[in-house]
Amino acid sequence: MTDSSAAPVLRMVQVSKTYGATRALDDVTFEVRRGEVHALLGENGAGKSTMMKILSGAVTPDSGRMLLEGRPYAPANPLDGLRRGISMIYQELNLAPHLTVEENIMLGREVHGLGWLDRRAMKARVREVLASVHHPEISPDALVGKLSVGAKQIVEIARALLNKSRIVVMDEPTSSLSDEDSARLFEIVRGLKAQDVSVVYISHFLEEVQKVADAYTVLRDGRNVGSGTMDGSSLEDIIQLMVGQKFTERFPHVPHEKGAVAVSLKELKGVRMASAVSLSVAKGEILGIAGLVGSGRTEMLRTMFGLDSLESGGMVVSGAATAKAAPWTRIKQGFGLLSEDRQGEGLALPMSLADNVTLSAYAPYRRHGLLSLARQQKAAADWIARLNIKARGPLQKVQGLSGGNQQKVALARLLHQKAEVLLLDEPTRGIDVVSKAQIYEWMGELAGQGKAVLFVSSYLPELLGVCDRIAVFFRGGLVDVRDAARWDAQSLMAAATVGRAPGV
Amino acid sequence: MSGQRKGNLQKALNVFGPFIGLIFVIAIFALIPEIQDRFLRVGNFKSVATQSVIVALGALGMTLVVISGGIDLSAASNIALASVISAYAINAGATPLVGVALGILVGGLVGFLNGSLITKLRLVPFIITMSMMGIARGAAKWIAGNQKIDAPMTWVNELMAKSPRPSWLLMAPGIWIVIAFAIVMAVVLRRTVFGRHVFAVGSNESAARLCGIRTNRAKILIYTISGLFCGLAGVMEFSRLTVGDPTVAVGLELDIIAAVVIGGGSLNGGEGSILGSMIGVLIMSFLRNGCTMMGWPNYIQEIIIGVIIIVAVSLDHLRHRKEA
Repeated sequence: MTDSSAAPVLRMVQVSKTYGATRALDDVTFEVRRGEVHALLGENGAGKSTMMKILSGAVTPDSGRMLLEGRPYAPANPLDGLRRGISMIYQELNLAPHLTVEENIMLGREVHGLGWLDRRAMKARVREVLASVHHPEISPDALVGKLSVGAKQIVEIARALLNKSRIVVMDEPTSSLSDEDSARLFEIVRGLKAQDVSVVYISHFLEEVQKVADAYTVLRDGRNVGSGTMDGSSLEDIIQLMVGQKFTERFPHVPHEKGAVAVSLKELKGVRMASAVSLSVAKGEILGIAGLVGSGRTEMLRTMFGLDSLESGGMVVSGAATAKAAPWTRIKQGFGLLSEDRQGEGLALPMSLADNVTLSAYAPYRRHGLLSLARQQKAAADWIARLNIKARGPLQKVQGLSGGNQQKVALARLLHQKAEVLLLDEPTRGIDVVSKAQIYEWMGELAGQGKAVLFVSSYLPELLGVCDRIAVFFRGGLVDVRDAARWDAQSLMAAATVGRAPGV
Repeated sequence: MSGQRKGNLQKALNVFGPFIGLIFVIAIFALIPEIQDRFLRVGNFKSVATQSVIVALGALGMTLVVISGGIDLSAASNIALASVISAYAINAGATPLVGVALGILVGGLVGFLNGSLITKLRLVPFIITMSMMGIARGAAKWIAGNQKIDAPMTWVNELMAKSPRPSWLLMAPGIWIVIAFAIVMAVVLRRTVFGRHVFAVGSNESAARLCGIRTNRAKILIYTISGLFCGLAGVMEFSRLTVGDPTVAVGLELDIIAAVVIGGGSLNGGEGSILGSMIGVLIMSFLRNGCTMMGWPNYIQEIIIGVIIIVAVSLDHLRHRKEA
């Protein structure tokens, strides 16, 4: 269908962008042809979103240039980009829930005479564009807040099409869609193609990328590590490009020995989990949990800890069955949760280091109802020294610390409360390499002390380097659990992105 | 070295910042020749303190509520309700002690309802306490039959007397009660586990939950304490007026909140202190007192207090930005 000799509609040439010390994009060249669906692939933090922000005009590159249909293209802001025919459909929907479908689609482009809205003309335009995406059943008068997630996605797409786009960028468009809605989306994508519109398609789900895309580009660490046509490449080739050789990095190994079962989940299902999970972790074991964001990993940890309510099933904790329990009960049972959202949930940023470390276990510092501040601060100072936290002292507010040091404070709290089962949700996210290595080492030491460690991560090399066993989640359910030695980067990536993996 | 010294200076400023505002207000009126000698008299200071008792008691509870990230708009209605309950009970033949206890307990009950509704219905404190403002005021008027309730004079009416009966007390017993409770609450906030939990809930409720803090229980307790202090303030109101008046203290909740905010409380939660709130109360009382002496009309006072709140809060904001 696509004429491969067609001139590229978009060329990004040697584009670079640096944020502080991180080079988000490094000399990236990228081409999209007319009427082509081009998949943009890469792990989290590979530079995909920076690149799309540059394309849309939200971010200005440090160097490099862009050509749109052969003419220089240097958008000053997203409106500029929109005028030149570049539409973005973001992962988190940008719709006003209190307005109708029509009002959302026409927002900022209202048809009017002297300020008076021409509602009839607008409604006609909206009907037309909804019909063009094969969804005439969506009423222009419906409130967007009442629509299903899939229908919202359609509205978002209709808004992009109204704009007479040359290029539509879709960022993880199916992450919130059902299979049926996804199938409809693919039809729309093909419809766009037929109208000679190009689509840049960002997704972690490789199988659907294979279905819908003509060509691909893989980014890794801010560089274009390979482009090609979908026909000429296998999934394995693409996964290899995404993973690179990073998994040869060294991870400090601390010897530890697996003991008795610490916790086992029996058909555990929380209100926000898509399906029940049975899984167990032993004392002295590091169990890795792999899977994409939104695959149900975090929800499982939160249900275990009592932050999400239990719907069915239960847990056996050191031999005793437990049903519903609130976080404070779980803490008493020896659980500790490190939240993936360090700033929003993990720490009370305006409070002192001493308070944050001792917040979950004040008891040792209480005498006759009063807190001994001196002893509390001394305990915090001990942890500052033991975990090598760079801070002025126990009274410093946590908000002034760097990300790595904040994470150490959150970890110190779990150690201070003497947690025996550590639920660590993305413990190394957004922290520097040195701090990461330290955290791996502590995880090994904790397992050596007979604690059970659940380690959720999106970064496959660290799971492979640190864990004894790895469980993989895909679209809400547990797919597979194996000893770490029986996984490799390719099979893990395949299980997390396709839902099944070849045996190793 | 200089960093340490700067830290100490910063600390001193944090502690004494509100004091500077208070001294500033007192100094201004003390420098106006026409009222200088009347204003600086000990008797005047005593009467300012006596006039501050009711707002101060309300502010003791409100400080907890504000630090926890909430707000209690029902405070003033609750005060009126408690004053009516006390007068009603004493008028009906209850001993004064029982009348006082009933007033305080009803205040606590209203607070408990606030806290329970906020946590169980998961509605914002603004909505619940705004509704409770109407409910408590209505209940007060209903019980009082829409008029003032007379009650026989008892020792209760001495609580707010400017010249107390055992003269060694020097000040109205109500003032001593405020001072005693202020010390208790400051210790509770700074030195007990509950106090830490109040700060934690206000500074990051999710984090507090993650740390195993029973955030709902803490909130119910916080609003109950606020209600108890309103009950006590209601008793003082009854003591001052010698009648139970269901229409008293309309709009006083905003004075109470203003005092807490002037004293460094943040409506976003996580910040505030008892000492600051008490100074906030005094700043407003001295302003009113000075303006009245100058013969300035009421509307001038209102404008000045509005300006003071903006100045106090923006100075506080500035200080925080520097800190960060």
